[in-house]
Formats: sequence, structure tokens, C-alpha cells
Amino acid sequence: MNFVMPDFYPAAAEIFVAGMSLLLLVIELFAGKKKGFGFVVTLIALAGAAVITYTTADGQVSVTFSNLYISDLFGSFLKLLVYVAVAVMLVYSRDYLRVRGLDKTEYYLLVIYATLGMMVMISANHFLTIYLGLELLSLSLYTLVALDRDSSRATEAAMKYFVLGALASGLLLYGMSMVYGATGSLEISAVAQALAHGVVNKTVLVFGLVFLVSGLAFKLGVVPFHMWVPDVYHGAPTAMTLFVASAPKLAAFAMAIRLLVNGLFELAGDWQQMLMIMAVLSIALGNLAAIAQTNIKRMLAYSGISHMGFMLLGLTTGVVAGDRQFALNAYSSAMFYAVSYVVMSLASFGMVLLLSRAGFEAEKLEDFKGLNQRSPWFAALMMMVMLSMAGVPFFVGFFAKFSVLQAVVAAGYVWLAVLAVFFSLIGAFYYLRVVKLMYFDKPTDHAPITASLDMRVLLSANGLAVAALGLAPQALMSLCAFTLLRSL
Amino acid sequence: MDFTAFVFYFLSAILVFAGLRVITARNPVHAAMFLVLTFFTAAGIWVLLQAEFLAITLVLVYVGAVMVLFLFVVMMLDINLERIRQGFWSYLPLGAMVGLLMAVEMSVVLGGRYFGLEGAPGPAAAPANYSNTKELGRLLYTEYVYPFELASLILLVGLIAAIVLTLRKREDGTKRVDPAAQVRVKAADRMRVVAMPAEKE
Amino acid sequence: MDALLQPVQQLLGPTLFTLVWTLVKIVVLLAPLMICVAYLTYAERKIIGYMQVRLGPNRVGPKGWLQPIADAVKLMFKEIIIPSGANKGLFILGPVLALGPALAAWAVIPFAPGIVLANVDASVLYVMAIASMGVYGIILAGWSSNSKYAMLGAMRSAAQIISYEVAMGFALVGVLMVSHSLNLVEIVNGQAKGWAASQGLGFLSWNWLPLFPMFMVYLISTVAETNRAPFDVAEGESEIVAGFHVEYGGMAFAVFFLAEYANMILVAALTSLFFLGGWLSPVGFLPDGMLWLVAKAAFILFFFLWFRATFPRYRYDQIMRLGWKVLLPVTLVWLLVLGAWMLSPFSIWK
Repeated sequence: MNFVMPDFYPAAAEIFVAGMSLLLLVIELFAGKKKGFGFVVTLIALAGAAVITYTTADGQVSVTFSNLYISDLFGSFLKLLVYVAVAVMLVYSRDYLRVRGLDKTEYYLLVIYATLGMMVMISANHFLTIYLGLELLSLSLYTLVALDRDSSRATEAAMKYFVLGALASGLLLYGMSMVYGATGSLEISAVAQALAHGVVNKTVLVFGLVFLVSGLAFKLGVVPFHMWVPDVYHGAPTAMTLFVASAPKLAAFAMAIRLLVNGLFELAGDWQQMLMIMAVLSIALGNLAAIAQTNIKRMLAYSGISHMGFMLLGLTTGVVAGDRQFALNAYSSAMFYAVSYVVMSLASFGMVLLLSRAGFEAEKLEDFKGLNQRSPWFAALMMMVMLSMAGVPFFVGFFAKFSVLQAVVAAGYVWLAVLAVFFSLIGAFYYLRVVKLMYFDKPTDHAPITASLDMRVLLSANGLAVAALGLAPQALMSLCAFTLLRSL
Repeated sequence: MDFTAFVFYFLSAILVFAGLRVITARNPVHAAMFLVLTFFTAAGIWVLLQAEFLAITLVLVYVGAVMVLFLFVVMMLDINLERIRQGFWSYLPLGAMVGLLMAVEMSVVLGGRYFGLEGAPGPAAAPANYSNTKELGRLLYTEYVYPFELASLILLVGLIAAIVLTLRKREDGTKRVDPAAQVRVKAADRMRVVAMPAEKE
Repeated sequence: MDALLQPVQQLLGPTLFTLVWTLVKIVVLLAPLMICVAYLTYAERKIIGYMQVRLGPNRVGPKGWLQPIADAVKLMFKEIIIPSGANKGLFILGPVLALGPALAAWAVIPFAPGIVLANVDASVLYVMAIASMGVYGIILAGWSSNSKYAMLGAMRSAAQIISYEVAMGFALVGVLMVSHSLNLVEIVNGQAKGWAASQGLGFLSWNWLPLFPMFMVYLISTVAETNRAPFDVAEGESEIVAGFHVEYGGMAFAVFFLAEYANMILVAALTSLFFLGGWLSPVGFLPDGMLWLVAKAAFILFFFLWFRATFPRYRYDQIMRLGWKVLLPVTLVWLLVLGAWMLSPFSIWK
């Protein structure tokens, strides 16, 4: 047997998180009726993982576990962001879950496993690993959505999510098997090499690519695979919506980069076409449909679809007529977009959570009426987030859109940029409507805002981050570009 | 046609027949039993391909455990056959189309024309003491240990999900007993020996 | 033997000869097995009788020796009644599916070196896979009878067998770890090695001693797997009259009966092979041989009868608890201990 023990060091964070999940299971067994340890243990797991990820990130690209796992700066950076997003999500959700009796240990366990799934996806170097990470994430998310099991709406949402998600996984697997058939390997870097050197049957490959992109599109929630997004966002308990709408988007972005850029870069011409169609449709449909919504979660769902479309735009402009000089710029703009979307998404759903209380879900647009009179500070934060999502200058959303559009224009698709701007302007309407409701309407709900201090502080910081990143976007942008440069 | 080919076609015929009966049988229990037959014959075909470990595992896991539980559920359900049959004809065109599409796709893949399978060499004959089981075990625990462990975590998530979504403890005055507590009981918990002085009439 | 078979082989041609010869081997295997089953029932009634200070059957033939024959004849001549509303096809299929696996598993049981119908490489897996199919007979019988008691029995049986299969499988993993093989012959041969065996004390090197917790778990699980007392809730005479076979009579009932006892003999033989050294002699000065296997299986079977005479029936939830919360953790812990032991310098399996 000529087997070398794999190097566990690059994957230490994953191993640590898995270990913490098992520890939490054991604690749960012996804790009896005591509560609250799930929250603490999960935060410790995230903090520990962050420390480990930071210390193991040495700027080198290293593979381990028989090339199934890759450790690079891109992955480490995204993982750190995922930890932060999950931790913020946990703090926001805590009170909401507690008053609804959903803060079971299982919730925290599932969050840890979802996080682990994202980490696995982010540092996957093999189709098998991508798929397993995706399933770990998805299964946890399906369950989280259904966690409020007495709510028929949540159960329905989970059911839809599950059935469509299973279908998407099937598509993805089918695409992977096609690519495997054509290139003879499941390892992403080996696939890339086979494509670069060998004579590969294009028919099968493109066939497989269609399935891969479809599966990917489902996970990102872009048109025409967006059907689950509004229903799930709307039906799930808001805390779960917050989770679904935040960190997993980073993982999906990483999956797109690993599959399409690391693996199938040779086929960029083909997949860029597909992504472009999906991006345009998403931006159009997302912005138009959001106008008609009266439920803020549904509205944010459609807005999320359009944002993901925008992010895809960044991915479509990497290679122009075989010229790859734009690649880095384009992909880092998409990455910046994904990160800033997660920041905004956390803040916006966090605001919905802030206004919710026992027996009351602040999920209607009317519930935001007159927020300025109830709490000027949070109204101002919400306004910043909405303006940022609309792409008003000097918030982070503006620079995200700006950098993507810059890449699009640089690649020569001026019409595409015009179209995107046009629909963004339409989209600004519904964001500004929220601002109008908050500032110019009489409040219908007079209950005082009762949120714990940690949530208030964190939500304020989150809202301010939207503004701060808008004032100084350069640091984050160059970080995105730097990590991509060192990893691709 | 040599013996192996004969066995292959024999098993395949049973497999296809049983597979068809799974979806055409009127009685769901019959359908489940035909599914069992399908698995069993599929295992037979795998043995023919010298994948004896996978074949036996298929029988052990799917026939021996999964289908038993499946049957368990099917038998407990009161399935209204008329309701299920509703809309059969209206869904038929769509279903047939999807089925046809899948058949075409599979023939493309299995036909092997696009993958250059005609040129691919057949697998080398295994040495005499070759053990399928040993090889699989070696690969799973060395090369593929990372996905193997991940798969185990996915199963764990499935377990947690099933429990958290379905396990309900009813507190409202049910007389359920805890066997563990019952087993732990000592004589001293139930009985007290009281020393009493003897009494005279 | 080969010289004797040569002319037959020439007469029939190779293909047909293989077929006929295999059939002959099967008959040679199954005929004594059926006799064993018959006399196991006799032994059961006698032994339990003595344990309960009764005489047991003693009317038919000297000391009642012909009792099983009389029972068989009686059952054969009884009418098979198919209840109205029963699913006829599955009702008949039930007993067949119960007996089939119980007999098919014998194909890979080695009785002595070289005396085995089929020396399959993964024979342990084969046995487990085939044995796990026996439950279908019970479930189908219970469901197709269209009777509530039968249904309850079937449900209990399904849950119980699946649960105990897990514990049983894990107990076997220990055996597989120390013998590095899935082949029954190899497993037995592996038990002939070691310090104790070289000292002439073979029985100390058998698996039962180093794997004692596994042995116990396996023994208990086999009792549950065969639906024997104290785990016979599937029949549960006092609660659900006769459980899954309440509607069966005559030969159909007899087949269930045969299946239960054939299964008992099977698991007894397997336990002997896995943990008690199969055909190996316990002490150095006696030769190995098939008789040892028979004696060991008889010893295990005696346990089965003893349990039935001694223990009251478990409650259903207690059975589940025992399987999942006691036996399974025991095997899991012992697997870890075993793994550490095998890697440590104190390993006795080098």
C-alpha cells in the first residue's frame, strides 16, 4: 500500500468545525434542560474556525486529501466572510427564535453543518467535494426552513425548496457526469488541464455544461431557476430567510468560480453566453416583480434575484473574444458584488427581525410605516441600506454595481450596461418606497422596539458598514482582486 | 450466445419487467414488492460484472432495510387509488416526453459514441486473489476519506433533520413510560422494609 | 470421489453435470437440515418440559421420538385456509419468502475445510444480505392476512429485525477486523492462530474471548433476529394471539415453523463459526472436524431453548431500547477499543 497520510493542516478549519458540531451533540445529550449553550458553542466554533483559517492562510495554493481539497487565499477570504455572516445572522436571530421556541440545539447544529457545507464548497477541488458540500448545506437549509414545523407556510416553503433543490442537485450531478465522461476526471484542476491540452468531445462537454450551469443557477436563484426564491423567503421564518439570503450566496459564488473559472475556463465562451441571458432576465424580472410586492420578505427576495443577476454580469465579461486580460477585473468585481450583497442582505433582513416580536412578524411593507417616529436611528439605518441596494452613490451597493458595469463596459457590452442601469432605475422605485413609508407615513404600529443590546449594536454596525464601505470601497475591492489574483 | 450473455439477458428481462410493474401495479404493496425484485435482479447483474461487494450491499441495504421500512409505510397508509389515478391521462403527454428525453440522453451517454468508448480498453482482468471488497475499502479509507467523512456528516444531518422535524413529546397527561427509568429502578426505590417489634395478642 | 464421478460427467456433459451435481449437493445439505429442524422441535419440547418439571411428549414412539413425524403428517393433511379479503398471491408468497432465505444462506456455510457448497469470497456479506430478506415473509404474511393481529405482528417484527440487524452487523465488524476477511473459512482459520492455540488450548484463542462484548451482543441479537423468546413479540401469543401467522394453518403454517427453526440452526452455526472456532477442536490433543461444529451449534441452540424456558417476554419498547441504546453503543465502544488494541503493541492478531 503506497498511501501517504494526507496533510490535515490546510483543512484544519473544517476538521475543527466538524469536531465542534459533534461536541455540541454530546453537550446536548448531557445538558438536560439547560439552554443557551448552543449559541455559545456555535459562536466559539465560528471564532475558532476564523482563527484557524486566518493562521493557515499562507498565500500558497496547496491541495490535500488526494487533491480533493484546495486551500488558497480566495477560499480563506470567503470562508472568513462566511464566518462573520453566520455569526451576525446568529445574533440577529436569537431573540426571534427564542420567543417562537425555535432556539433548539438542533437549530445550532444545523447552522454549524450548513457552515461546514459552505466551507467545503468554497475549498473544493473536485466535483465530488463540491457536490457533498452542497448537499450538506442544502439539507441543513431545507430543515432550517421547515424548523417551525407547525407553520404550514414554512412547511410548504421547505417542501418546495427541497423538491426543486433535489432536482437542481440532479441536474448538477448529471452535468458533472457528462464532463467526467468527456474529460475523464472529476478533479477540477485535472479537468482544466484536460481541456487545455487534450482533444475533448465538445458536444458532450457543452451538454454537460448546460446542466452544470442550470444547477448552479438554481443555487444562486437566478431566472429561470428562481421560482423557489420568493416562496422560500416568504414562507420561512424570518431568521431562516436571513440565513438563506446571506452566507450561502458566498458559497454559491465560490462554487461558480471553482466550477466555471477553475475548471471549465476553456469553455468561457459558452458559459458566458448562458450566464448573460440568465443575468439579463434576472435583473429584469427581479426588479419588475419586486414592485408588485406588499410583503417585504418577498420584495427582498425579488431584489435578491436581481442582485444575483447583477453579480452574474460580472462573471460574463471575463473573456472577450478569447482575450483573457479582463478576467481578473471582471471576477473580482463579481466577488465584490457578492460580498456587498451579503452585507446589505444581512442588514435588511436584520431590520425585519428587529421589528418582529412575539406573535408579530414585521414582514409587511406597512409595518415599516412611520419607523422614523418610532426610532429615527434605525429608520436612518434602513434608509441607508435601501439606498445602497438601489445603487445610490456613495453607498456600497453603488460601487458594487459600478465596478460590475465598468467590467461590462470594458468588455465592450455597452448595451448590456445600459439595460442593467435601466432596470436598476426601475428597481430604485421600490427601495425608495420603503424610505417613503418610513419617513412620510403615519405609523400603524406603536409598539416600542425591544431588541437586545448586542443586536442593536451589531445591526447599527452592519448598517454603518454599508455606508463605510461605500465611502472607502477601495480596500475591500483590492482585497477581492488580491485574493483572486493569488488563487487563480 | 454464451452462458454469461444468457444470464445477463435473463436478468435484464426480469429487471425491466419488474421495473415496469413497479409503476403499473395497482396495489402499492405489489409495486413495492416489484421494486424489491428489481433491486434483487440488479444485484444479480452486478455480480455478473464482478462487483460482488456492491451487489451484496445493494441487497443488504436496499432490499434488507430500506424497502422493509418503505413497505412498512406503504402498508400503514390508506392510499386512495382513485385519487392517484386522477389526471393520469392529462399528465401522460408531459411525462412521456420527459421519459423519452431521458431515454434519448441515456442512449447518447451509454451509446458511447461521443465518449470514444469504442477505443477505450476494457478493464484489465483481475488477478486471482483480487478482492473487490478490499479494494473498495482501501480506496474509501485512503484516497477518498475526505468525501467519505463528509457523506457521513450528511447522513448525520439527515438524522438530525428527521428527529427535529418529527419527534414530538406529548406532555399532556399521557401514560408513557421511560424504559430506561424502569430498568434503573432498585428494590429500595419501591419497597421499604420497616422494622416492627413483634406484637402480642 | 472424483474417479467415481468421472463416468457420470462424461454421460451428462459438463454443463448439465454441474447443474445436477449442484442439485445433489443441495439435497445432501438440506435433507439432514430438515431432519435437524424436526428434532429441534422435539428437543425444545423435551428440554423445556424438563426445565419446567414436566415430561414433554412421550406418547408417539419410544420416548416420543416419533412426535415430530406425527406433527408433520398432521400439518400436511390439514387444509390451508385463505381468509376472505386476504391478498391471495402474497398470502402464499409469505411463507415461501420466509423459508427461502433461511435455506439459501446455508449455501456458503462451511462445515469443515473444503466441505462447503460455495466458497464465496464475501460469504459473510452474503449471509447477512440473505438473512435480512427473511423479514419479507413475515411482513407480507402479516399484511396479506387482512387481520389486525397479523398486521401488528408484522409491524413489530419489521422494526425489531431492522433494529437488531444494526447491532448484529456492528458486532460482526469486530470479527471482520480481527480476521481481515469476509470469508467464513478464513474467519475460522484465523481463530486457529495465536499463543493459546500453540499451547494446545485452542478454545482460548477463539474470537469469543477477545471479542466477548461482541459475542454477547451477537448472541442476543440473533435471538431477536429469529423472533425467539424473550423477543418473540411478533408472535406474542398472550397479546396478539400468534401475530403474523395467526391466519395460517396446515402446511403454510408448517413452512413458517420450518423457517423459524431453520433460522435458529443457521444462526447457531454462524455464531459457532464467528466466535467459537467452527470446526476447530478446543484442545490440542483432539482432531478438528465437522462434529465440533455440530456440537457447538447444538450448544448455542440449547441457549435458545433455555432462554425460552426462563425469560418472560420483553415489552416492545424495551426491545427497541435494548437494541438501540444498549447493544449498539456497546459494540461501537468495543469497536474503538478493538481498533486501538489492534494498533497497539499488545495486539494478539499480528
